Amino acid sequence: MTERWDAIVIGAGHNGLVCATYLARAGRKVLVLERSTELGGMTGVRRFAEGFSVPGCAHLLHMLHPGVARDLELASNGLRMLATHMPTVALDEQGGHLTLTERTVEGPGMSAEVTAVYGAFMDRLRRFATVLAAANEKMPPRLVSEHWRDHLALAKLGWKAWQLGRDDMREMLRIGAINIFDVLQEEFDHPLLKGALSLDAVLGTHMGPRSPNTVLNLLYRLTGQTGAGNGVAVAEGGMQGVITALERAATAVGVVIRSGCAAKRIVVSADSVTGVEISSGEVLNCGQVFSSADPKTTFQRLLSLDALDTGFNRRIQNLRMRGTAAKLHLALRGAPVFRNLDTENLGSRLLIAPSMDYIELAFDAAKYGAYSEHPVMEITIPTAHTPAMAPTGMHVLSAVVQYAPMHLRGGWTGDAKAGFMECALKVLSRYAPDIRDQVIAAELLTPADLEREYGVSGGHWHHGELALDQFMMLRPVPGAAQYAAPIPGLFLCGAGAHPGGGVSGLPGRNAAHTALAGAWRK
Amino acid sequence: MQRYDAIVIGAGHNGLTNAAYLAKSGLKVLILEKNPHIGGAAVSRELHPGWTYSNCSYVCSLLRPEIWRDLELARHGLQVIAYEGGITFMKNGDYFGNYSDHERHHREMARHSRRDADAYERYVADVSRQSRLIRPFLLRTPPDPTSLRPRDVMELIYMVRKYWDLGESALYDTMRFWTMSIGEFLEEYFESPVIKGHFAGGGIIGTGLGVYSPGTAYVLLHHYMGEVDGSMGAWGFARGGMGAITQAMAGALRSYGGEIRADAEVRQILVRNGKVQGVALANGDEIYADIVVSNLDPKRTFLKIMAEKDLPPDVVRRARNFKIRGSSGKLNIALDGMPTFTAVPDHHPLLVADLHFIDSLERMERAYDDWKYGRWSRDPYLDLLIPTQVDPTMAPPGKHMVTVFVQYCPAKLASGDWTPADRDAFARTCVDQISEYSPNFKDLIRHMEVRTPLELENEVGLTEGNIFQGELTMDQLLFNRPFPGYAQYRGPVTGMYMCGSGTHPGGGVMAAPGANAAREILMDLRRPPIVPKDASHD
Repeated sequence: MTERWDAIVIGAGHNGLVCATYLARAGRKVLVLERSTELGGMTGVRRFAEGFSVPGCAHLLHMLHPGVARDLELASNGLRMLATHMPTVALDEQGGHLTLTERTVEGPGMSAEVTAVYGAFMDRLRRFATVLAAANEKMPPRLVSEHWRDHLALAKLGWKAWQLGRDDMREMLRIGAINIFDVLQEEFDHPLLKGALSLDAVLGTHMGPRSPNTVLNLLYRLTGQTGAGNGVAVAEGGMQGVITALERAATAVGVVIRSGCAAKRIVVSADSVTGVEISSGEVLNCGQVFSSADPKTTFQRLLSLDALDTGFNRRIQNLRMRGTAAKLHLALRGAPVFRNLDTENLGSRLLIAPSMDYIELAFDAAKYGAYSEHPVMEITIPTAHTPAMAPTGMHVLSAVVQYAPMHLRGGWTGDAKAGFMECALKVLSRYAPDIRDQVIAAELLTPADLEREYGVSGGHWHHGELALDQFMMLRPVPGAAQYAAPIPGLFLCGAGAHPGGGVSGLPGRNAAHTALAGAWRK
Repeated sequence: MQRYDAIVIGAGHNGLTNAAYLAKSGLKVLILEKNPHIGGAAVSRELHPGWTYSNCSYVCSLLRPEIWRDLELARHGLQVIAYEGGITFMKNGDYFGNYSDHERHHREMARHSRRDADAYERYVADVSRQSRLIRPFLLRTPPDPTSLRPRDVMELIYMVRKYWDLGESALYDTMRFWTMSIGEFLEEYFESPVIKGHFAGGGIIGTGLGVYSPGTAYVLLHHYMGEVDGSMGAWGFARGGMGAITQAMAGALRSYGGEIRADAEVRQILVRNGKVQGVALANGDEIYADIVVSNLDPKRTFLKIMAEKDLPPDVVRRARNFKIRGSSGKLNIALDGMPTFTAVPDHHPLLVADLHFIDSLERMERAYDDWKYGRWSRDPYLDLLIPTQVDPTMAPPGKHMVTVFVQYCPAKLASGDWTPADRDAFARTCVDQISEYSPNFKDLIRHMEVRTPLELENEVGLTEGNIFQGELTMDQLLFNRPFPGYAQYRGPVTGMYMCGSGTHPGGGVMAAPGANAAREILMDLRRPPIVPKDASHD
């Protein structure tokens, strides 16, 4: 008699682990399969040079959901925050940096008036983000439904928006679907300030500041600053600290995690899920499968096409998930010196995005399959918080570098990678002139590398663009937006499902809740 | 003292429609026009002896048939000659022809891609469904979603029901359609670059967006939801040029007793104690009325012909932030004969229709990139038509009039304001592109009028030369057009109304904003509702 699991979770990234833990807490017998030997997926750690490690992809906590942290008792499982509500430094080539907190902005040219406008503007965006945050915590309702729960969920969302008051609601309806460029043009004059704010709206996406949907992306990011959220935060042990806490929480409630064991195929018989075949050919039996793999991988690789109808397959095929964000890792001999930046500020989030036009030009290249000659960057120095990630006295630099399109014309050959790395270093050394001499080892992960290393189609950080046509009841596609796939027993629990990317844990939690709530949906 | 029941400012198609409905209802109406000729952007002008140019808007489809019938435009001389399809000429010397004949269309598509030919049925069905869905909303006043007034709640419910009736799957498709880019939408159906390029044009005409900007799929509807003689999606030439439309409207207005005064520029709308008193003209005259309707765009209305002290600060701020970036140019050309196009034989039936010279989405997107940074497109998207092939009234026998719409062309160049040299270089760019496909085109040119957004602004009075009186982006559509809270045609001052394309449902020679505003005015005056609402018939 082979062992039978109540649920098998595919992928031990943060969402997979969160989902598994919620299921096990409800008494389910849960197995998590992870193809890598390390847990964490895109949140995991990466040892890229002897003695040096970095967060593989995500390098900051923007939006870990407080409810998830509470439910899974992450604090008692060892998660401690070293910094919360972290400031952002928008770097200026001449050293006239701006320091942005959630309500203030300081630096050359920032009068009291600008600061006041900035504070009011960010507060307003955060008020809008509370509506989004409320939506993110729940399974998206179906719009045409006979079920009272869907009606109630819609009514609650409407009520949440109403609570904003008429002026705010009107403003949200006005700017919610447009681009950040136009909104910032109305509010501010300072190019660097606008550059920094718009970078948050395009990070990890195939969008430039002028692309509609960028306001949505900014609001989504800001949900981490609403309610009990920590804002931009760093945990003890970096992102690995989060994964370790999640792993402890999972095993504490009896979740079995098998790493180095890739799911090869989801087994379907009699039109419902019965198990998962792993790379050794062994079939593990189970009642339900939760895939934290991206939707294309789940429906096109783990399932055979004939398991699903044509219309659904077409929707999956058309899902937009072209990665454009690359990751740069540098092992450094000493602390990097940015012009006119104090060493105590190295722990902040550093941005290279001097103006909106600069970002837009960087994006233009990606539209035509070229990488940006002058890329934009979000930089962290993980060793500023966790010195253990490098040998004593040495440092690592971790940067998200855009834009590097997944489908580079001519492909990501060695030359192409070296070329883009050179562009990134050139830009970096304009702000930190001596950085090249400090580099001991360097690594660039392009979206093509991310696809190979982490098994995410298109190398897209968020398992699919966050845009209005791939949002809420449309994420990832209609027919699978309520976590349940069209095949009974199969659920999506990764960033491709609502609400989306970022280390929030919400897709995992919502998927588990939906499955546990059970039969009312079918 | 001159006193009227209502004064309409601006004798374009919306102003005339508005005035005509008001006059038909029995009001004493005066319409004022700053130019010596009426018509706004729907005009026919003899700018070269013997040739009539439709020198702004150039083809007709969107004009609501309900208005056409109500105002008896046919009786007042309007005839529209339908055409269908178009050609996109390709760099490699080939072309794609968009035939109206089903069999021929399928064969032509299959010549470029068999898969695309099959997908076309699905594409047409989906786009037609979106067009049918949106048409009933054109002649309705958008509800204010933040209001609890019964009227707004009822209208909102009506809208939601319309969508609900689609069924779940189609509803989701609709939501996606509204929020997608035309490029990505087309890529869901087609693989052939030229086919995608051909159909994408409708998504960018007149907008400051590129083919990959979300929201452009919706703009496509503005070029798809019209009809000529009941044939949905068809386009036509107004016989005698686009001025025939406004002339017919003027005829209707006069027949109802309305008065038209040209050469009468309004300097200011007169307001006292929060109520409209009338208007002051540039020549110093004052004319009085309890109702003043502005057909000008929101920026001109609130920032030029109204005093800041008469307006709530909110409206002034919103008017300043209103997006009305010009993105289109125009060439009107008198030709000594019919040009030949190397890719197709002379007298090819589709030469009557829209001709384009840009054969991929990438080229279109690059054209947009130029505009973003304040340059005219070096490789622009052109929409070229030769109406004189079917309308002999517009040029001497054997000669032709060509209208060339150009996307993109900025209102202000990165290098500063437009100079005559810039304008010549801009025209050269366009003519060079045409000449690549029509070698004798250049030699046939007898006269050419070049219009950048600057000319459009100075002559017609459209701010920044934006042909839609404001961009068609989500923040400026439906209940957000022109501003949130002011989308029901009423201005912030009692007795002041808006009826231009800057209001719902937006631009194109549709006349719906003019009719909708008239309906609201008559409602406020408690007069019988003579303006059609929801007269959708499909």
